Amino acid sequence: MNPVETGATWAIWLIVSPLAAALIAFLLPRVAAGIALVNAVFMTTAALALLDQVTEAPRCFALGGWGAPLGIDLYADTLSGVLLVVTSVVFLATLLYSRSYLARTAIGPLFWPISLFLHAALNALFLSADAFNLYVTLELLSLSAVALVALADETRAVAAALRYLLASIVASLAYLLGVALLYHATGVLDLAALAERVTWTPTTWAALGLMTAGLALKGALFPVHFWLPGAHSYAPSPVSALLSALVVKAPFYVLLRLWYAPFVGAPEVVANLLGLLGAVAIVWGSVQALRQERLKLLIAYSTVAQIGYLFLLFPLAQTRSALQGVTVFILGHALAKAAMFLAAGNIYQYLGHDRIRDLRRVARELPVTLAAFAVGGVCIMGLPPSGNFIGKWLLIEAAFEQGDWGWAVIIVAGGLLSAAYVFRVLGHAFTLGKKRAEGTGAPATMAWTAFGLALLALMLGLAAAPLIDIIGSPVAVAVAIAAVPAQ
Amino acid sequence: MPLLYSLAGIALFCIALRAVILATAPLRAILAVNVMSSGVFLVLVALARRTPGLMPDPVPHAMVITGIVVAVSATAMAIVLTQRLRAAAGTNTTEDAPRADP
Repeated sequence: MNPVETGATWAIWLIVSPLAAALIAFLLPRVAAGIALVNAVFMTTAALALLDQVTEAPRCFALGGWGAPLGIDLYADTLSGVLLVVTSVVFLATLLYSRSYLARTAIGPLFWPISLFLHAALNALFLSADAFNLYVTLELLSLSAVALVALADETRAVAAALRYLLASIVASLAYLLGVALLYHATGVLDLAALAERVTWTPTTWAALGLMTAGLALKGALFPVHFWLPGAHSYAPSPVSALLSALVVKAPFYVLLRLWYAPFVGAPEVVANLLGLLGAVAIVWGSVQALRQERLKLLIAYSTVAQIGYLFLLFPLAQTRSALQGVTVFILGHALAKAAMFLAAGNIYQYLGHDRIRDLRRVARELPVTLAAFAVGGVCIMGLPPSGNFIGKWLLIEAAFEQGDWGWAVIIVAGGLLSAAYVFRVLGHAFTLGKKRAEGTGAPATMAWTAFGLALLALMLGLAAAPLIDIIGSPVAVAVAIAAVPAQ
Repeated sequence: MPLLYSLAGIALFCIALRAVILATAPLRAILAVNVMSSGVFLVLVALARRTPGLMPDPVPHAMVITGIVVAVSATAMAIVLTQRLRAAAGTNTTEDAPRADP
């Protein structure tokens, strides 16, 4: 009972502080940037403190003193802990970057409150363990994400935002219908309680199908990734970084939670189907990335491919290394992809366009920015010592442990394809050619925040051993939800 | 009776899903997702009467209220985006677009 009270403050602050900061930033636009940065620093501290607490034992917090069956509990274990930490780190770097970025664009101060709402939604999602609460946080997340995309005042960005919004409403409704059926079958919404009561009836089957399909659409799994490239590439660059690094991971996280608790006995065929779609996503996304003419679209298609790796978890879910591998992979991809989009933003502002074939001399004129892109790219390829390397390694290990070496082939092939598209960009950037008229290089903050994130992604592999230790096994994730002391 | 209502809700959901997939005009898609959400809410309300003769379960009702709030905000946002698209493009894609199906 004791740990419940000591831990509560950090989890509550992680939700209340960005919400309060968002309101202040909305009412007082002049101090918005300052408020957002102070909040980001505070969130990083709070997330680290919470991670430290949950490393001993998972915590649950009964909001307002109402216990689980009647009230809604917040819940945190090491998986949510590491995701909260990486979220706040990416936010801190991106918001620092945004201060200089926004000064050079026409995007108004509304960026600050909306990005704070996005942060609050992400934190709340990672702290939820209740099927309906997860629906609410997913909606908060989508609405703020769409609003951020629409901040880019271009027709194609608005069109992409609208498509993103419609896709995400349809996805949420499918998920909500699934929740309704699940509630009808069991009478509870709390994931731990659901895990105890689910039996495999036609109703549960339908719920599994609807919720999985909804989350796959929201998480841009092939073939329902159609909304992602536009939304992620036409958005302002700091927004692209937040969406690709963090927002697409959220629906996957919900699916993972469902998979290890209520749907733990789900039939193998569904898991294999998800894995197969993930494998196709890896190949399709990479091939599309290779064919793009514009840098930001290339990075967006790379996200489509990288999401595929996450879904390889499901066929391998019963092995310990698969869960650890996917977790490390999520963290590595979040840092590396944010770095690449921020670097692309610098290049875009410097050149006034992001056509890959016209990138000549960029390596000489924006050295730090291009270094950030290159290091981020090396991580995406999965070369050591990056976190992505460790993640892929663990996934391959899981594939062999289970005797399904086909998944391992896909993982390696995806790495080669990503090397091809990263080198294509670097090749153009290192080409020497006619000098351009003197432009101003990227401001130091914008170059170095991107580089810092890339460096963190690369160094993640060195910190992987302690990280893997605290993530634990699939059984631990499922049991931990159930084992938290009820109030 | 609850079964009939929930089946009707699921039917609404499916019909509207077809409409949103086939919609060429944003306004049509926005209307379709609203019908879809009505279908989901109907299922929730119908299934709240778990045992005949007893009081209905209040939890699904609370879920419907939350769902309505979400649906209203999402609809408002979609309409704003549609208007901005129309203003930017100068063309009226919401109403005058040629339609293949009746």
